[in-house]
Amino acid sequence: MITIIDYGAGNIKSLQFALEKLELESILTTDPDEIKKARAIILPGVGAFEDAMLALKNANLVHVIQEEVTNGKPLLGICLGMQLLYETSSEGGISKGLGLIEGKIERITDTVKVPHMGWNTLSMKQNSTIVKHVEQNAYVYFVHSYYASEMNASELVCSTAYGIEVPAIIQKDNIIGMQFHPEKSGKVGIQLLKNFGGMVS
Amino acid sequence: MLAKRIIPCLDVDKGRVVKGKKFKDIKDVADPVEIAKRYNDEGADELVFYDITASNEERNIFLEIVEKVAAEIAIPFTVGGGIRTLEDIHQVLRAGADKVSINSSAVKDPQLIKRAAKKFGSQCIVLSLDAKKVEFDKWSIFIHGGRKNTYRDALEWAIAGETLGAGELVVNSIDVDGEKNGYNVELTKKIAEAVNIPVVASGGAGTINHFQTILEPGVADAALAASVFHYGEIYIPDLKNALSKHNIPVRRNT
Repeated sequence: MITIIDYGAGNIKSLQFALEKLELESILTTDPDEIKKARAIILPGVGAFEDAMLALKNANLVHVIQEEVTNGKPLLGICLGMQLLYETSSEGGISKGLGLIEGKIERITDTVKVPHMGWNTLSMKQNSTIVKHVEQNAYVYFVHSYYASEMNASELVCSTAYGIEVPAIIQKDNIIGMQFHPEKSGKVGIQLLKNFGGMVS
Repeated sequence: MLAKRIIPCLDVDKGRVVKGKKFKDIKDVADPVEIAKRYNDEGADELVFYDITASNEERNIFLEIVEKVAAEIAIPFTVGGGIRTLEDIHQVLRAGADKVSINSSAVKDPQLIKRAAKKFGSQCIVLSLDAKKVEFDKWSIFIHGGRKNTYRDALEWAIAGETLGAGELVVNSIDVDGEKNGYNVELTKKIAEAVNIPVVASGGAGTINHFQTILEPGVADAALAASVFHYGEIYIPDLKNALSKHNIPVRRNT
């Protein structure tokens, strides 16, 4: 069972449908006990950083997530969910994130259109089971205005070019982040979710 | 490199896709889920569904369709038509839509854009505007299906939309809509130069060449069309191959 953390607004249904297709059982929850019982956690995300952190705090989930992930439970952060894994974000002032990964989130500079919206290519930086059967320059669907600006290069699996190099897939052991929406990225996205499913033993 | 997007647009009435009237009195209809799947398989980058019904009862049928589409396809889609309140937006997003397109309601209440962007994030709030040329180098915003002039300048409204928090603009040109003589490059380019959010061109597509012109650098980020796709006049894989040949970046490895 994979728990999808439900912290309010946005389209989570597409993610549930994608997991269903892959026969990966999931539940949408804010119950800390369910999160403890689950074999993996998905932190989805749309909306604002600060609001999302506040929602996690109000549901008493910050500590549970940190503890479960530190103990080795696989976690996939999608879009804002990936950004929340970092230490801080400059979205709406400086906000503290979950701090599971070193680095910070900054706004994409205005030399390009913001939000970064649409299909962009994955440039592989290192090999990982998370990108198994995914080709170099495969297209995935992005929609975001902020990105992981300072992060450890050793944790970068794929990047995409949008004015600057935008981290697209990051990994630190059992923690995976995808800046794009795998559930909206056609066959490539489904493969990536399948690969995450493969990490869930 | 960010790809230029090809977006088929579907009008939904009473749970069916209305493909307009090709011949007098013959209304071609189809199952929205089937059509969505077909476009997805052919390599459409996104889809737009407009609810052209009015009653609450029919609204529920539409929401069921949104959910069915979300279950079947793994590409983003936008829902438009009948979006008046934050609750309307919440409903379609919860049903599985990725973005909502707001048109007349935003003209009547611009703060709706601001409230919606704050609540759901700019990335899912699309401002759709219907513009018509009123004098040299000047376009005005029309509402109620292009029947009512609001006397609001299109360029100013586009900029206001960005400031209020819209994450994307759809520029419908009333002057060229349905003519199949090409998109309105002049208007689309003007708006694209004035804002720093993605711009989707709508209205006027007739040939592959029209897509090529509107998707040149500095004009539109995406091109929306209905009838050329519905009637099989343009097949999406052919379109993408042609665009790629002209060095317009498109997604082809679906």
